[in-house]
Parts: sequence; structure tokens; C-alpha cells
Amino acid sequence: MADREHLLTTLEMARFVARGFLRFDAIVPAALNERFLEEVESGLPPFAPAGTPLARCYEGSAVAEIVRLPRVEGVIESLVGPNPRFDHQGVHFNPPASVFEAQGHRVLAQHTHQDSTIDPRTAFDLQLMYFPHEVTPEMAGTRFIPGTHLRVVSEMACARYQNVVGQQKVVCPAGTILALHHGIWHGGEVNRSDRTRFMLKLRLAPTVRQCRLWNTDDLGPEMSAPQPIFDPTRMFDPDPKDVQSILCRPEPWFELDTGRLEFINRIRLWRHLLGDEDFDAHHWMTRLENVPPGVERI
Amino acid sequence: MTGRQRVLILYLADSSLESGVVAWAQYDGTGERTHMSGDADQPPYPTGLDALLDGWRLFQFAPLRPEPPGHEFRTSYLKYEFAFEKWIEADG
Repeated sequence: MADREHLLTTLEMARFVARGFLRFDAIVPAALNERFLEEVESGLPPFAPAGTPLARCYEGSAVAEIVRLPRVEGVIESLVGPNPRFDHQGVHFNPPASVFEAQGHRVLAQHTHQDSTIDPRTAFDLQLMYFPHEVTPEMAGTRFIPGTHLRVVSEMACARYQNVVGQQKVVCPAGTILALHHGIWHGGEVNRSDRTRFMLKLRLAPTVRQCRLWNTDDLGPEMSAPQPIFDPTRMFDPDPKDVQSILCRPEPWFELDTGRLEFINRIRLWRHLLGDEDFDAHHWMTRLENVPPGVERI
Repeated sequence: MTGRQRVLILYLADSSLESGVVAWAQYDGTGERTHMSGDADQPPYPTGLDALLDGWRLFQFAPLRPEPPGHEFRTSYLKYEFAFEKWIEADG
């Protein structure tokens, strides 16, 4: 079990629910990054069968120590509980594009996609992307689109969306970890550097109901209290500091109408994580659920 | 001389061509340019109308459909897809 101080805060959890990711720069110490890179030079990390408890997957490997780092363990536990199951790993080696171009191949970035397949669950899996070395702009790591994680699509079917306003590309120091909701749209960029790019992706599944697994010490009643809505001081705050405003902050690619559906779906997920079906943010659910006595729902 | 097609697909913020571009894709049948995922962070035009004004011909747009009962709140693919083309004269 992670120490409480290493768990996510309520605001961090709300940001994960709203945007589908959290980023932790240089969270893995340099010595461990170097050890991981030395290990992958001589062979891939061990492949455990799907469904194996994470704690039994990487004995003796640098990866075992990485997932036991106190803050990493706290992030994992906050999102998928204390004993997650290992689903699979992806060890991404991306040699320089020039290697393939010299062989006459056309090099294209990986299409934007959602992993696995159509997945309409409320429960979610966690994907950790670990970048063991610095990723420079020329190396161009993973591209992802914040806020796409609650869209129910069929894997590569969204490949046509070459570029989306607000997309991010991972340029980061060594030892950075991205914690992603399984549904986030992403793809690998073309490596224009002269060095092979490495990234380890781990997919982890919860074994407990994902309810208040984070550090809820900062969870006060004011987070659920009704607020003024369409308040410009909250609507246009680029970094809101309360749960409701975080859940109702649009991404730049949001369509005007479905952006509101995104708010509703975020609120539904937050209700699930909070274990409170009365929670609302900026009145979106309360308005829809208001059926006065004697009135039949259409 | 024969024609080669350039295709521009814009995803807009609502069903009006005057609304802002939120996503896009480009394919160049002339072979002069290679477009790919992640190759630009700024859209080629601020709105769909701006593409028309620059000479792109609209050949398809997404119909408006009511959400199926029971799935009113499900979000999925981008809704407001507008496909444009330009024909470029080329040899061969």
C-alpha cells in the first residue's frame, strides 16, 4: 500500500477525469533510467501472462523498482487500486526515420487511435507510458489529445483525424511517466533524431471498485456545493482550482454541442469515483434530472 | 494533361461552415506534399468558409442525425466533417 502522502490529491484526480492524463516529469531517478536502458539493450522486460498481479510481473527487473517508487505506486493505487492486474506491456523502439528512408521506405507517423477495442465501461484501465531517456523535439515522442478518453470509438477508426487542435506531443526529461486513461486517443510520432527512441507502456486493470482510492483529505463539502454557472471568472480560468470548474473546462477541440456532453460524461465518471450519485458540476446533471412530481419523463 | 486531386477534410465546431476548425486532414494526390498525423499544430484555415474562399470545392458534409434514444450522451467520432477538393493539372 502506498503512503497517503504519495497518493493523488482530489484536484489531480479531477484533472485526470477531465483530461484523461497526468504527467510526471523526471519522476524516475537517473540511475534507474540508466539501468532500465541497459536491461533493454540485452533483452525485453519479462512478459507476464495477462491477468498476473503487477506485483509478480517484473521480479529482478528495473521495472519492478520503477512501479514501486513511492510516488509511482501512489499514482497507480489512486487510479486502479492497490493490487492491479497486469494486462500487457508494449516496448516501443523507434529507430531514426532516416534508417528506413535510406532503404526506400516512406515514413509516416502512427495514426491516431484508441487502444484495445470499443470499450463503453465506466471502470477504466490505466496506461503508464515511461520515457527512460530525454525526448527531444526531434525525437518527437507520443502524440495524444487531451480529453478524448470518454469518446467511445473503435480503435483505428479515428485515424482520419490527422491533427486536432490542442494535441500534445511528449517532449520530456528522462524518467517521465504519463498516466493515461485507456481511452485517450494517441499515436507515435516520427523520430527525426539520430538516436533510437524507447518507451515502455504498461496497461494495468483494477481489481477493486474505483471509489475514493486517492487521498481524499482535501475533499470538502464546498467541492459539491452549487456554484454560479457561466461565471466568466471560472469559465476562462486556464488552470481552475476547484473540482467543478476542472470538470467543466473545455478542450480547444470540443465541438460546441458535444463539448457539453463531455462535461456530463466527466460528471458521471466523477460520481462513480466519488460514490456519490448526487454530485453535480455547474448544474448540468441537476437540470436534466429535475422531474417534478406528477410529471412523466418523456 | 490530367488532373490530380487534393483532399482537405475539416472538422468544425458545429454544423455551420462558418464555425471554427477543431481537427483536419489533408491528402495530396499530386505527390508534391506528404501529410501525416501530427504534422501541424495549427489548422490550415480558421473556418470552413475560409477554405471555400481559398478555392476549395466542398463535395461532402456530414448529415445531422438525432442521437439514438438511450444514447443521447454518448460521444464518439467528430460530428461535423466537411470534405473539400481541389483539382490540380498534372502531366501523365
